Amino acid sequence: MIWRFGLFDSTFEPLASTHWALLAALGLPLLLGLFAALFSPKRALPVALASLPVLASGVVLLAAFEQAGLLRWQWEIAGIHLSLRLNGLSVLLLLMTQVIGVAAALYTPGYLRLSETGPLARWLWPLMGVVLSALSLIWLATDLLTLYIALELMGLAAVGMLMLSGKVPAIVAGMRYLLLALVGSLTYLLGVALILGHWGRLDLQGLAEVIEPGPVAWFAAALIGAGLALKAALFPLHAWLTPVHENAWTPVSALHAALVIKASLFMLLQLWSILLPETFYAPRVIAWLGMLAIVWGGLLAWRTDSLKTLVASSTVAQLGYLMVAFPLLLGPDIAPLPRALAWEGFWLQLMGHAFAKAAMFMAAGNLILATGESTLKGLAGTSRRLPLSLLVFGIASITLMGLPPSAGFTAKWMLLQAMIITQQWWAVAALLTGTLLTAAYVFRMFRYSFDETAPRHRYQPLAPGMDMIALTLALIAFALGLLAHYPLELMHGGSP
Amino acid sequence: MNAAWLPLTALATSLLVVVIIFALPEEARRLRTTINLVAAVVKIILVMLMVRRVAAGHEDIFSFQVIGGVDFVLRSDALGVMFAGLSSLLWLCTTVYAIGYLEGSANRKRFFGFFSLCVASTIGIALADNLFTFLIFYEMLTLSTYPLVVHNGTQKALDAGRVYLRYTLSAGVVLLLGAVLLYTLTGDQSFSSEEGLGDYLNDHRGLLTLIFALLVGGLAVKAAMVPLHGWLPRAMVAPAPVSALLHAVAVVKAGAFGILRVVYDLFGIELSVELGVITVLAVAASITIIYGSLRAIAQEELKPRLAFSTVSQVSYVILGIGIFGPFGTVGALAHLLHQGLMKVTLFFCAGNYAEELGIHRIDEMDGAGKRMPLTSIAFTIGALGMIGLPPVAGFITKWYLGVGAIQAGMYWIVAVLVASSTLNAIYFLPIVHRLWFRLGPSHGKGSWPKEQRLGRLETHGWLLWPMVFTALVSLGAGLFAGLPFSPLDWAARVANGEYLP
Repeated sequence: MIWRFGLFDSTFEPLASTHWALLAALGLPLLLGLFAALFSPKRALPVALASLPVLASGVVLLAAFEQAGLLRWQWEIAGIHLSLRLNGLSVLLLLMTQVIGVAAALYTPGYLRLSETGPLARWLWPLMGVVLSALSLIWLATDLLTLYIALELMGLAAVGMLMLSGKVPAIVAGMRYLLLALVGSLTYLLGVALILGHWGRLDLQGLAEVIEPGPVAWFAAALIGAGLALKAALFPLHAWLTPVHENAWTPVSALHAALVIKASLFMLLQLWSILLPETFYAPRVIAWLGMLAIVWGGLLAWRTDSLKTLVASSTVAQLGYLMVAFPLLLGPDIAPLPRALAWEGFWLQLMGHAFAKAAMFMAAGNLILATGESTLKGLAGTSRRLPLSLLVFGIASITLMGLPPSAGFTAKWMLLQAMIITQQWWAVAALLTGTLLTAAYVFRMFRYSFDETAPRHRYQPLAPGMDMIALTLALIAFALGLLAHYPLELMHGGSP
Repeated sequence: MNAAWLPLTALATSLLVVVIIFALPEEARRLRTTINLVAAVVKIILVMLMVRRVAAGHEDIFSFQVIGGVDFVLRSDALGVMFAGLSSLLWLCTTVYAIGYLEGSANRKRFFGFFSLCVASTIGIALADNLFTFLIFYEMLTLSTYPLVVHNGTQKALDAGRVYLRYTLSAGVVLLLGAVLLYTLTGDQSFSSEEGLGDYLNDHRGLLTLIFALLVGGLAVKAAMVPLHGWLPRAMVAPAPVSALLHAVAVVKAGAFGILRVVYDLFGIELSVELGVITVLAVAASITIIYGSLRAIAQEELKPRLAFSTVSQVSYVILGIGIFGPFGTVGALAHLLHQGLMKVTLFFCAGNYAEELGIHRIDEMDGAGKRMPLTSIAFTIGALGMIGLPPVAGFITKWYLGVGAIQAGMYWIVAVLVASSTLNAIYFLPIVHRLWFRLGPSHGKGSWPKEQRLGRLETHGWLLWPMVFTALVSLGAGLFAGLPFSPLDWAARVANGEYLP
């Protein structure tokens, strides 16, 4: 399991050009964010130009990885060894972060111009930069301390972004989120302290060699797991998620649901694969909770009357799919084939969901912005006036439903195959039920939008490109499903 | 020589049309119409090219890898191009008809966009060479028909859409489970492989039967087999061209075609017989045929009567599969085309009566033959074909099914056929009688519910000519069944491939 996260020694030294690419990938989002706070961009074009070097850094790192396999950078600062590694998975997650980050940044100027955002809007940019930089660091970091710092930075910046709108409900939800995020980090930190006290080191690769199953490892895993599960909004610790999204600005919601909560999940899986390799019960518990999450999240989304709550609750259910795969990834006595299938399916599902959810939040934001209504009933009859936003919402929801030809479908196919081989029939049932529940709440929204008897409202026209950005993200989720072979092949590359 | 571009282009033409239509503004009516018609004609030409290549023994393949062990494959084989031919021919007819039918109504961009997507899905279904690819287009069809069913946006239409989704999406989940189980057991199985799944019979008999049940159970929902047919009559609220498309080509036929693929190309007919599932299919089809006909008799409105008639008629295809032997297969395959042609004609007629005269109920049709002679002749041809009278295409099917049943020693099927033909006559002949032999508003007795003078002829030309064309083709398919490239000839070619190694 450890090698899948690239925690082994690399064969080749990284080239000088990749040093620069690494620096750009980690630092540029932050720098550009600060710059944008000073000269707030009013149009999408300057944002597009500024994001080119960020995307270029990702492409350079991808090319470097394809050439040399696993890359590892090491420094020694004040007696502490620091290292970053880049394996196939990190490249994919990094590229995903950059693409979704750039899409959110491109979407922002139009959104800020059209909605009444108040004077604090310019601070959105640096916070966004911090989130993206911290995320990139999380995908690359190899020790518990760096991970903690990045997690904390990301969490605080995310809270800041969510509270920017300045409305009372947003502040209340944001404060609650802040409190929970701090509790989560503290729990995580306790686990880290326990590990440091017992084994005296924090680097993941070294820990993987020395850690032996026993009460200390279990207790540390429990603390770290609880902290990260809280931050990742895993069921039943998800209650903070919907109020936060209900009041946040659209690009913020998109970034948060697509990327921020995924980072905690990534860390959880990575750390548990070190602390609890081949364990029976802990991943089972997560899987059972995941089944409940699928049903509960689906029901929440089905019963709600608010579009944003619908989209946010669907995240809870979609995370359930990932949780259900835990026993296949961490459990004992899983044959190589189902484990590989589950591993690939897990990340494909995660990436597909990230793109689709970002697209869906943008589409929902567009609908709300254009109609001025945020309830499903208020959206009645939109298919006539806002066909494109609705189409994007539809394409994104195909991925969430897991219908072909989307990443959600291919991922579900692989997970189902793995579950059938290992005969986990409950998990199969949960996945299939999830499909139907998702369809139920998604089509509830469409049912309203196709209503021709609804009264006509005046619609605010959207800024050019706002729909196209969302459409691009939704189509990437489709492409990931049909052309899954290439990204999944990347994850195999660089194995020892 | 492999012309991979051919199946790919055939699929891409309709997909491209979808993109263009969605990109055009709602007002660009002429441009949209032109693109639609040009693409439909191009598609027919492409399919004709494929037919010629298949007749010459070339099967073109386009494929790429999706994930390890699962490929996306399009292949033009005899059975596939048969369905593709039906789909592309009727796409042209229904598009022409829909242009006339929706003249002046709202949301035409959305309608034609999803209409084309629907047709693109059927081409994908026809050319798919493995279950994974088939599933992609099968679900795409489900999603693209939803906006068409709810097109009118009324409460009734939205409710019908909900019922439609409940049935089809649940079926999709069942189908997915069956497909994944099959892939877990056997890996990627091309529809073109000669062996079938016979090798797995000894060790996995129970599992194979379960997979068969899941796959066919999932497909039977779209094929509207009793008791999974509940969505079909409700979906009748959709505009007439949608009903025509749904009943003749797209949804219902996709289900029947899928069952054909599963039985003949995936499991293989010998294995299906060995598992004993064939007889179950035949019994289920017989029940559907009789039940559908009985329900059709009870309907007082024209479109629901046609809908229940579809429930009954599509199961002839399944019944043909259930008869072991080449004649049953030929009957099944030929009926896939014949029923499509005849049913589309009947729906065009029903749409014309509704548009021109406002007729929805059967008792309002008295004497309509005088007012709308061409429509009524077309309706009569379709109705006689459905009953199975020569020389219309439907006769050929029933003849082959009957001969097949006798050869296979399944005499009870002959009884089913006779009973069903009688029932068909009971619900179609009174309509024909009303059209021609009763005095009605055109004889000065009463008035039409809502008469409009849509064109110089008996109705709008866009509505009239597609119907005349399909009626003539239905007649021709029966009269000239012996000629090469007729539906019967092609069905025999497919059946030969199935029974002769």
